Amino acid sequence: MPSLCRSCDAVSDSPGRLCVLCGSRLSVSHAELLTLAIAHVDCDAFYASVEKRDRPELAAKPLIVGGGQRGVVTTACYIARLSGVRSAMPMFKAVKLCPEAVILPPDMAKYAVESRRIRALMRDLTPLVEPLSIDEAALDLSGTEALHRAPPAVMLARLARRVESEIGVTISIGLGPNRLLAKLAAERDKPRGFSVIGAEAAALLAPEPISLLPGMGPAATARLAGIGLTRIGQLQALDDGAALRLLGTDGPALVHRARGEDSRRVEPFRETKSVSAETTFARDLSGVAELEAVLWRIAEKLAARLRAGGWAAGGLTLKLKTGRHVLRTRSQRLATPTALPDLLFATGRSMLARETDGTAFRLLGLGAQPLRPAADADPIDLADPDAARRVARQKAVDKLRDRFGATIIGRGRGLKA
Amino acid sequence: MKFKAERAVLLKALAHVQSVVEKRNTIPILANLMMSVKDGTLTLTATDMEIAIVEQIAATTLQDGAATAPAATLYEIVRKLPEGAEVEFNHPGGDAPLALRAGRYATSLMVLPVDDFPSMTAGSLAHSFRLPAQLLRGMIDRTRFAISTEETRYYLNGIYLHTAAGSDGVKMLRAVATDGHRLARVEEPLPEGAEAIPGVIIPRKTVAEARKLLDESQEDVEIALSETRIQFTLGTVRLTSKLIDGTFPEYERVIPRDNDKILRVGKKDFAEAVARVSAISTERSRPVKLALGPDLLTLSAASPEQGSATEELDGGRVTYASAPLEIGFQARYLNDITDQIGGEVEFLFSDGSAPTVVRDAGDASALYVLMPMRV
Repeated sequence: MPSLCRSCDAVSDSPGRLCVLCGSRLSVSHAELLTLAIAHVDCDAFYASVEKRDRPELAAKPLIVGGGQRGVVTTACYIARLSGVRSAMPMFKAVKLCPEAVILPPDMAKYAVESRRIRALMRDLTPLVEPLSIDEAALDLSGTEALHRAPPAVMLARLARRVESEIGVTISIGLGPNRLLAKLAAERDKPRGFSVIGAEAAALLAPEPISLLPGMGPAATARLAGIGLTRIGQLQALDDGAALRLLGTDGPALVHRARGEDSRRVEPFRETKSVSAETTFARDLSGVAELEAVLWRIAEKLAARLRAGGWAAGGLTLKLKTGRHVLRTRSQRLATPTALPDLLFATGRSMLARETDGTAFRLLGLGAQPLRPAADADPIDLADPDAARRVARQKAVDKLRDRFGATIIGRGRGLKA
Repeated sequence: MKFKAERAVLLKALAHVQSVVEKRNTIPILANLMMSVKDGTLTLTATDMEIAIVEQIAATTLQDGAATAPAATLYEIVRKLPEGAEVEFNHPGGDAPLALRAGRYATSLMVLPVDDFPSMTAGSLAHSFRLPAQLLRGMIDRTRFAISTEETRYYLNGIYLHTAAGSDGVKMLRAVATDGHRLARVEEPLPEGAEAIPGVIIPRKTVAEARKLLDESQEDVEIALSETRIQFTLGTVRLTSKLIDGTFPEYERVIPRDNDKILRVGKKDFAEAVARVSAISTERSRPVKLALGPDLLTLSAASPEQGSATEELDGGRVTYASAPLEIGFQARYLNDITDQIGGEVEFLFSDGSAPTVVRDAGDASALYVLMPMRV
C-alpha cells in the first residue's frame, strides 16, 4: 500500500510510523493514494487560527471568536474545544464552560483577505477550485499529474505546508473519488489532517450514524429514526423503490450518498444564485416598528450588495429566527425585478406584517432570489407614475455614496431605533 | 318550505348564482345557496362574502319558507335531470334534510341553518345609471385582460370605473385597467345619473361574474353604486359586490402624449404574423421583435433552443413613414390588445424602450399602452 510522508513528499510502499527519509511522523497511506484526485480542503478553526497568528501571545490560550452582547460562538480554537466549546453555541454557555477563554469579535474583512490568499495557492494546483465557504473548498486535480509531475496527494501535502508557512494557519485535507467522500474524509482527521477514502467507502460508512451524511440535520435524522433507520448501513441496503416509498422523493438520492456515491462536479464558476443580508439583534425584538427599522437597514444593505454584483432581485425571501431559534422563511416573487431599497423594503414589510404576532425574534434577514441582471431592474411601470422618479433618486443617492461614503445621505427611516 | 319549479328555468338561475360560490370553502355555509319561496316566487342567493348574486324565478309555491343547500351538488343534480322535468323541493324545517324529487328520482340533501346564511347588504347606493348590456360588455372586454393578478398591488386587481374629461373636454365614463406592463383605457358617453359617481375599483371576480350575466342579455343593465358597493341588475338577476378599497394610480401621467412614429397595419395580417413568428418559442414571455422601415414591418422571434422565425409585412399592408425603429413586445400582450381591435391597428411609438400607444384606427373610444421588452 503506497504511503506518503507529508513532511518531505517521500512516497514509499511500506507504511511505517516514521518516514525513512526525514523521520517525520506525518504520513498517510491508502491503496488508492496515488490515483484519487478529488479533494476537500478545510481550514482548521479558521478565524481563531488567523487571530492567533496575529497575536502570538494567545497561541497557548483558549480563544473564542464570536460576537455581540449576546452573540454565539463563531469559531473556537482547539484548546477551547477541549473544554466543550463548539461553534454556534451561545456565548454565555461557552464562557461558563471555558471561563479563562479570550474572546475576540470577528474581523470578517481580515478573514476574507486570508481566504483569498489561500484560494490563490489552491489555484496553483488546479483551475478547478470551488469555494464552498470562506474556509472550505473543493478541488478537482484530475489530469494534473503530468503538469506537476506529482500525483494529487503529493501536491495536496505541499499545499498544506505552503498554507502553514505562507498564511500561518493549518488545513485539513480529504481525498476521495468524489466530493462527498473527500468531504467526509476531511472531517475524519482534524486538525492538520490528511485522510483518504476510496473503494472501502461503503464498508467504512455502514456502521456510522446517518447524521454523518451532509444534509442530515437533527430533524431529518429524527424522522428516519422514527422508522427505525439510524445507521448508514441500513440506508445502503435499500433499493431505489424502497427508498422512494420509505423516504419520499429525496430517498433514492440519500441512499446513493449513503453508499458514498456522488456525481456532483467541482465547478469553479458556480453562479451566484442569491444575495442576502441579515442581522442578529442585540436583544429579541417583537415590536413592528423596531423590526421595520431593522428591515429598512437590511433592505438598504441588500440593495447595495445587489448593485455591487450587478444584480436585481426577481424574488424576495424574508428570514426570521424566533427567540427560540425556530427559523421562519417567507418568499415572494416580485412582479418586476428591482434593486431599489424602497421596493425591497415594501415587499419585505408586507411579508413581515404577517409574522409580527407578538413573537420575539432574534434575527431578521432578506434574500434576493432568483437574481436578474441589473439591466432588467425597475423598468417603467405603467401602474406607478412615480417609478421613474424613484429610480433617478436612488441613482443620485448612489452617486453621492460612491463619492462621499455610505453615511453621507440616508432616509430618515434609517435613523429610527 | 315546499315548491315546484321547471328544470330549465331552475337550471339557468342555478348556473348564475352557483358560479359565485368558491370551490374550496373554509366556512361551510358559504358552499350553500339559499332558496326562499314566497307567493309564487323563488329567490336564489349565493355569496362569497364579497359578491352576492340574487336571482328570482317563478315557482309554484306549496308552502312559503326558506332553506340552504350545497350549491355545487344541487346544480349538478338539476343539470342531470331530464329535460322538461318538474322539480319538487320539500323542506319541513329545522335540521331535516331537503327532499328533491323529479319524476321517479328522489334525493335528500343535508341543510345548514338559514339563520347562519350571511346576508350582504348593499347599504344605500347613492348613484344609479343604465347602460346597454352590449356597451358594458365592450367596456369590460377591452379592459379586463390588463387587470393585474399581483396581490401586493391589490388596487390593480380590478377595473377602475370613473368619470373623466375626454379629449374634447366632455365628461365621459371611463374604465381603466393596468398591470404595470400594459394599460387599457376605454371611454363611453356618460350616462344619465353617473355624473357624480366616485371612482371605484371593481374586483376581477365581480367583473368576471358580471360579464357572464351580460353574455345572455341584450337589455339595459342598471348599475347602482356607492363608495364601497356596486350593484348590477339585469332582469331578474342582481349582483352586489364590495369594491376594492384602494387608490388607483394616476394613470394619465404614464400615457405618452408625444409619440409621433405612427405604424398602421391590418389587424388580421398583424395578429396572424405575430402568432406565426412567436410559435418558434414555447416560452410565453419571449419577445416578438418589430423592425420598422419605410412601409415595411419585419416581425421576428427567436428561441435559444429551437431557432428563429421572421415574417415581413410590406407596402400594401403596412403604412410607416418615420425613422427606422426596432422594438420588442411580449406576443401575448400584443394578442390581448389586437383581439379587441376590429380593422386596422395603429401604433404610436417613441423609441425602442419607451411606452407605446396602441389604438383601433376605426374606434377612438379605446386606448392601450404597452411597455416594450428588451430585444
